[in-house]
Amino acid sequence: MTTETKSVVVEREMPHPPEKLWRALTQPHLIEEWLMKNDFAPTVGHRFKLRGEWGGVLDCEVLVVEPNKELAYTWNHVHDDAAFNLQSTVTFTLTPTAAGTRLRMEQSGFRPDQRQAFGGANAGWQQMFAKLEQVAANA
Amino acid sequence: MSKAQDTLFRTLADPTRRAIFERLCRGGEQTVGALTARAGVSQPAVSKHLGVLKQAGLVRDRHEGRETHYSAQVSALAPLLDWTSQMTGFWQKRFDDLEDLLKRMDQ
Repeated sequence: MTTETKSVVVEREMPHPPEKLWRALTQPHLIEEWLMKNDFAPTVGHRFKLRGEWGGVLDCEVLVVEPNKELAYTWNHVHDDAAFNLQSTVTFTLTPTAAGTRLRMEQSGFRPDQRQAFGGANAGWQQMFAKLEQVAANA
Repeated sequence: MSKAQDTLFRTLADPTRRAIFERLCRGGEQTVGALTARAGVSQPAVSKHLGVLKQAGLVRDRHEGRETHYSAQVSALAPLLDWTSQMTGFWQKRFDDLEDLLKRMDQ
């Protein structure tokens, strides 16, 4: 078993002030609109769950709350098959720019032997079969 | 695409074979007879598909008396599940939704 981990980074500049992005990242009813159903609270140590449309549930704990600057929480998924277990940390960093805010999301902690990315085998399956269908159609 | 991925894609590109594999993934270990009952093709055809799946490492067989039980080997799919790019796609889609939300929100 290796302890090497990987991370995923997605960055985008958005034409809105950091304060507004912060609200979208930290108010439960807004989080639900772009991410998942949740019982989030912007308090370090707060434990909450993110519930995906596919039925998967992510166990999370708030790690960093720096209003308008940085938000981090754990993003864990427990599965019967250890290879599907996911223990990761999601960090959002907000940087003001001339046109608005650059939002950076880094999710780190995947193991190279991990088979599933974000919990819930169904999501992976759907994507995989969609991919297969394309390959089959072009074959 | 690596040779392992190529083999997996070719093996699962056949809809009947894919349906058999999916059924094993969802329903657990089953006999050829049980699989045939729901496959819509003959037992020899099901056996042939199982043989191809087995060669690709996607199923394992276990003999018990006169029956052969087949089970899915989901771990064989690992080369197909490039989760780093899956996850990147997931967040890009979430960022799209976030931008839509920001447009609707008050300042």
